[in-house]
Amino acid sequence: MLTILRLILQRLILGAATLAVISLIVFFGIELLPGDPAAAILGKSATAETLAAFRHEMHLDLPAWQRYAIWASDVLHGDFGRSIATGRSIDTLIGGRLANTFFLAAYAALIAVPLALGLGVLAALHRNSVFDRVVNLITLTAISFPEFFVAYILVYLLAVSVNLFPGITSLSPDLPLWDRLFRSTLPALTLTLVVVAHMMRMTRAAIISLMSSPYIEMARLKGIGKVRIVLRHALPNALAPIINVVALNLAYLVVGVVVVEVVFAYPGLGQLLVDAVSTRDVPLVQVCSLIFAATYILLNLTADILSIMSNPRLLHSR
Amino acid sequence: MTDPAPQTEAPLLLDIRDLWIEAVGEDGVKPIVKGISLHLRPGEVLGLIGESGAGKSTLGLAAMGYARPGCRITRGSIRFKGQELLGLTETQLTALRGRCIAYVAQSAAAAFNPAHRLIDQITETAIRSSRISRDQAESRARDLLRRMHFNDPDAIGRRYPHQVSGGQLQRLMTAMAMVADPDIIIFDEPTTALDVTTQIGVLASIREVIRDLGKAAIYITHDLALVAQMADRIKVLRYGSEVEEAPTRVMLSDPREDYTRSLWAVRRFRKTNDGALKAEAPVLEIRQMSAGYGNRTVIQDIDLAVGARETLAIVGESGSGKSTTAQVICGLLAPSNGALEFQGAPLSPDRKGRSRQQLRDIQMVFQMPDTALNPRQRVRDIVGRPVELFLGLRGKQKDDRVGDILSMIGMEPGKFIDRFPHELSGGQKQRIAIARALVCEPKLVICDEVTSSLDQLVAEEILMLLDRTRKALGLSYVFVSHDLETVRAIADRVVVMSNGRIVEQGATDSIFASPENEYTRLLLASVPEMNADWLTRRLSEFTEIDVGPNFPPI
Repeated sequence: MLTILRLILQRLILGAATLAVISLIVFFGIELLPGDPAAAILGKSATAETLAAFRHEMHLDLPAWQRYAIWASDVLHGDFGRSIATGRSIDTLIGGRLANTFFLAAYAALIAVPLALGLGVLAALHRNSVFDRVVNLITLTAISFPEFFVAYILVYLLAVSVNLFPGITSLSPDLPLWDRLFRSTLPALTLTLVVVAHMMRMTRAAIISLMSSPYIEMARLKGIGKVRIVLRHALPNALAPIINVVALNLAYLVVGVVVVEVVFAYPGLGQLLVDAVSTRDVPLVQVCSLIFAATYILLNLTADILSIMSNPRLLHSR
Repeated sequence: MTDPAPQTEAPLLLDIRDLWIEAVGEDGVKPIVKGISLHLRPGEVLGLIGESGAGKSTLGLAAMGYARPGCRITRGSIRFKGQELLGLTETQLTALRGRCIAYVAQSAAAAFNPAHRLIDQITETAIRSSRISRDQAESRARDLLRRMHFNDPDAIGRRYPHQVSGGQLQRLMTAMAMVADPDIIIFDEPTTALDVTTQIGVLASIREVIRDLGKAAIYITHDLALVAQMADRIKVLRYGSEVEEAPTRVMLSDPREDYTRSLWAVRRFRKTNDGALKAEAPVLEIRQMSAGYGNRTVIQDIDLAVGARETLAIVGESGSGKSTTAQVICGLLAPSNGALEFQGAPLSPDRKGRSRQQLRDIQMVFQMPDTALNPRQRVRDIVGRPVELFLGLRGKQKDDRVGDILSMIGMEPGKFIDRFPHELSGGQKQRIAIARALVCEPKLVICDEVTSSLDQLVAEEILMLLDRTRKALGLSYVFVSHDLETVRAIADRVVVMSNGRIVEQGATDSIFASPENEYTRLLLASVPEMNADWLTRRLSEFTEIDVGPNFPPI
């Protein structure tokens, strides 16, 4: 256990350093973009005086490194600042959106992860059967199309042809859970189709690669049935690679939703980020990027810890 | 085995007739078991013996109605208690395996599932197939573990496979095979991966428990001396066919077939002593050498000298530090302490600090020719590379040189020089590895377990080759091995290592005749002899032989 605690601490420190570097890259990356945020936000009618006043108010007249230093110190004090474009506090801008994005990711994950693992185990059990081939074909087809294409196909099939689910996701904070789930079904299904193939194929491959190991042959010679061999003898040893792929895909569900959110007009973080970049709203872009980066880091850390927990050789020393 | 006498009148437990098994490989389908018949009565132990490729494991697995992927049983009959196994469904066979016929695999470390506790794996078959409760199965397992000399069965059962030693795992696997009370147990080389001093305890436990519980068994091994301790009858196999079968004592004293006699004769090779070596100055001297990996010290205060034209053997069990010593001599591992001297001049511990001449003079031959030879190079390039590097020869001159050494090791140059390693047999590959070491006329060649992966007859030829080249080229060998019989055959002097230290060294004859150190004595006494009573006698002589488990601290 001590090694795990040490690992967590180590990774959290490294993660914080990674976040700092990412914030630098994002900040100075935006600096390189052409154009003037003040002009972009105030529009063509703005006078030189209003522009100057706006720049001063938003610290835009300071050198870049000073602005970064001010921003960084504010963040460290828990203040994410204000959006340049709207002037509203970033906390309130992001709060509901962030919850929506995580809600969608969780919804998609709840469908995708059990489905992928189940299909992977079944495909491994019936390797090279018709079932195996069909599952592989479908999942690979789904992952091969661009996300927006998959999304529009689903909209056409399930919202236009058969009016099962709404094609546009409008959410309000006081919506009951059931309605939320109902309205988010199509984006969640789209994301599921996008991520299932990876996880399913890794589950299948990880199990199959173990099926030729001596302890699986031993289990057969002990008179253990086929299903139990896969579930009890192969799967526990295949968990580490599966966990890692699941974590990467979960991260993608949070970070990679931009396109899907745009297609369904889903009020999530991805849309907010797109808007923020187009108005060069630096503080907002920064915070969105950091949230995405932190998601990646934490999910990967979780994956590493779970991998260790799944391996008795690492968990129980000699 | 001397007793109990097998019940010759009892009905057959297992009756295999005219069995054919073929393997589907890259080069088409070829038969690996060709019309073998065997039978087994209750309480009887049948030994199957043969070299690699003889088909003994395939036959053992077939007794369970099992064929490895890529193999299939094409013809014949396998009857267990009168019931034909061929043609049963997979479900019917699954019900039979473990409960009626159980299996003990060669490498227990690989055959236990790393993800589960030992007790769960041991009791699994009993719980799944015999429909007994977990408690009942566990109490049966505890009883068996006590029989296998585990004093605290609960503590060992709670462990994971990586937390116990190889010898313990092998005993645990025997208990696992017994737990569902099968009629027959197939032992497939159960002690091959173990050190001799560990092996003896495992052998004793296996023999005791199959005798006490009256089990029938098939004991598969390549080691004649082992099978002689375990089996009532011995069947000799070669290339998938039966050579002969006879009761153990008859087989030992009076084998009918030439092939069997040649197997028996293997252990009779002794190098001829050419004497008069002692006077010359040593080629290599190691003084107060210590070395290790990271913080772990593997060898400590090693002092040894290798004389000119001498074969010095370093023997010891796994973890004794013998291979580490070899690596230090070659400069592959920098020692933490001590000095090396080669031909009277200091030798840098790091191979980068050694002169071209010194590098040329010290060569190494590795255990596994499969991994030591580049699979994409022809013999011409494998053996020719040091010729280019050290002698600067190219083209025809280089090929002539390679041809000379190939002739010397008994491989016709015209036939072999353009072959790739995969076009050679295991013994031929090891010859090529030796040719590569010898081609630039070194002064000292380190041989690290060079015969361990080879069959006995082939190993024998390699030993004779080494001895012949030593005389012809006037070089010295450091022969690292865990196999005392091999060492006895090839070495002039022996260094015995244990736990990273040299415990004894001296002339081969005197070490083997009158070992002074207690560990050396135990080691020598643990080497199985070609005598059916050896194990019984040793167990009565050596009360200190550990047949119980040593628990590492939790």
